[in-house]
Amino acid sequence: MSLDKATVAKVANLARIKVEEKDLEPMAAELNNILGWIEQLGEVDTETTMPMTSVADMKLRWRADEVTDGGYAEEVVANAPSSEDNFFAVPKVIE
Amino acid sequence: MGMIVQGATGDWEVVIGLEVHAQVTSNAKLFSGSATEYGAEPNSQVSFVDSAMPGMLPVINEKAVEQAVRTGLGLKAQINKYSVFDRKNYFYADLPQGYQISQYLQPVVGEGKITIDLADGESREIGITRLHLEQDAGKSLHDQHPNMTLVDLNRSGVALMEIVSEPDMRSPEEAAAYVKKLRSILRYLGTCDGNMEEGSMRADVNVSVRRPGDEFGTRCEMKNINSVRFMQQAIIYEANRQVDILEEGGSVDQETRLYDPVKGETRSMRSKEEAHDYRYFPDPDLLPLEFDDAFIDGIRVTLPELPDDKKARFVSELSLSPYDAGVLVAEKEVADYFEAVAEGRDAKLAANWVIGELFGNLNRTGKPLGESPVSAEGLGSLIDLIKDGTISNRIAKEVFEEMFDTGKNAADIVEEKGLKQVSDTGAIEAAIDEVIAANPDKVAEYKGGKDKLFGFFMGQVMKATQGKANPGVVTQILRPKLDD
Repeated sequence: MSLDKATVAKVANLARIKVEEKDLEPMAAELNNILGWIEQLGEVDTETTMPMTSVADMKLRWRADEVTDGGYAEEVVANAPSSEDNFFAVPKVIE
Repeated sequence: MGMIVQGATGDWEVVIGLEVHAQVTSNAKLFSGSATEYGAEPNSQVSFVDSAMPGMLPVINEKAVEQAVRTGLGLKAQINKYSVFDRKNYFYADLPQGYQISQYLQPVVGEGKITIDLADGESREIGITRLHLEQDAGKSLHDQHPNMTLVDLNRSGVALMEIVSEPDMRSPEEAAAYVKKLRSILRYLGTCDGNMEEGSMRADVNVSVRRPGDEFGTRCEMKNINSVRFMQQAIIYEANRQVDILEEGGSVDQETRLYDPVKGETRSMRSKEEAHDYRYFPDPDLLPLEFDDAFIDGIRVTLPELPDDKKARFVSELSLSPYDAGVLVAEKEVADYFEAVAEGRDAKLAANWVIGELFGNLNRTGKPLGESPVSAEGLGSLIDLIKDGTISNRIAKEVFEEMFDTGKNAADIVEEKGLKQVSDTGAIEAAIDEVIAANPDKVAEYKGGKDKLFGFFMGQVMKATQGKANPGVVTQILRPKLDD
């Protein structure tokens, strides 16, 4: 697997990370190095190995259907750069 | 009957598939302990999990799992004892995590089916592809502030079931019947309140066209439609738009479109296309969702009788017509009311009263059944008065209106207004004699062969007795007197 410059630009855009044009090529090379390293895992024979979903030997924990949280709107918006009447206020999203 | 669009170059068939998002009925959210109630103050039902503060971890609500399994059983679907939550990544102001926790390759419920009832009395089976659990997003308000969009996260993290159908529908009517039937089943199960105005149920509608019998064409998806009427309009508009493109030699682009109910048209949301590269991957914060057969069986034994089974029972055991049975079972509340009225009584008569007089008066006053001034027991006792001959069917209708308007019970109204049916042959005979004496010309005509005048005499006798005479007794006495 190999990433080209255009793919790196697209992924950066989807992740909302700003990458300068001059940095795209070096980043593609770096990412390809990482991917190449991970691909070495393909050499391991996993034919008889069950997929591992967690490093901890435990099951998903379930919660009872009870209201135990919320009710602190001021705290929820406390860190927002901008808020109005306990709403988050963000730059206008044009539909 | 499928919808056919007649183009200049021949007929086109419409193919429809639906993704319905149904809000799970639960007290708390899918992965947090905040409340789900509709219409609360902005951000008052938001925890730090829902607002995606760093380090907060999701813990699944057992009720959401139970409701998904319950719905799966109601849709006669495969239940997957092992399923996986994935992250669906996209960037939007009302999605604080930057991803929605959803299920992608391994949903909790697999293939099932829904039987839809069509206007011509036919039924059709529509396949269900899957049902999965996912989080709802927050709500963006674009029109409350001149240059800002306001975001309320109360809905963020609420549990949704996404129910995906096969592309089995062929007309707007079938799509409407599917949504109505699905809504009815969810309400019977108690897994979603089905309230489309409040957004508890919304549909993404996939539409494509093809030559009858051909391969499927390229589809377009119209997102977030929250009314059955708009959905039908959107399908008709979109099918015609696609046929126009194809007939001019063009090709349909697979894309997401927005239905504008004001303009009655769909338009492209191409600007958001790139956002649809969701980069799904298993959510590392959540282990796989697992449960055993005992969990499923524990839910199965609490399933109510569902609308299809109830309808079949009403037809086979109570001898109702399929149409009446269909009307009565659509809403569980109505079916329960009807059964309470019919208990130990003539079911056909009970059905006529519920569908005719009760629905008529509820419509007239704009009241839902829950606010009916006449209880099921009240209507039942009125029917008892008809059955035992105390009042005639015609008088009963008057009594019913009075019951509906005043909330009084049937027996009291009959007593107060002196509406008891007269079966006393002496009184009836006297009334008949008077009518005959007053209309010698009509009697002569009748005897001369104008049989139809019998109805006239009946009417006169009923009028003379203020409608209280037992019509059976009147006929018995009147006929020999006239034929004499």
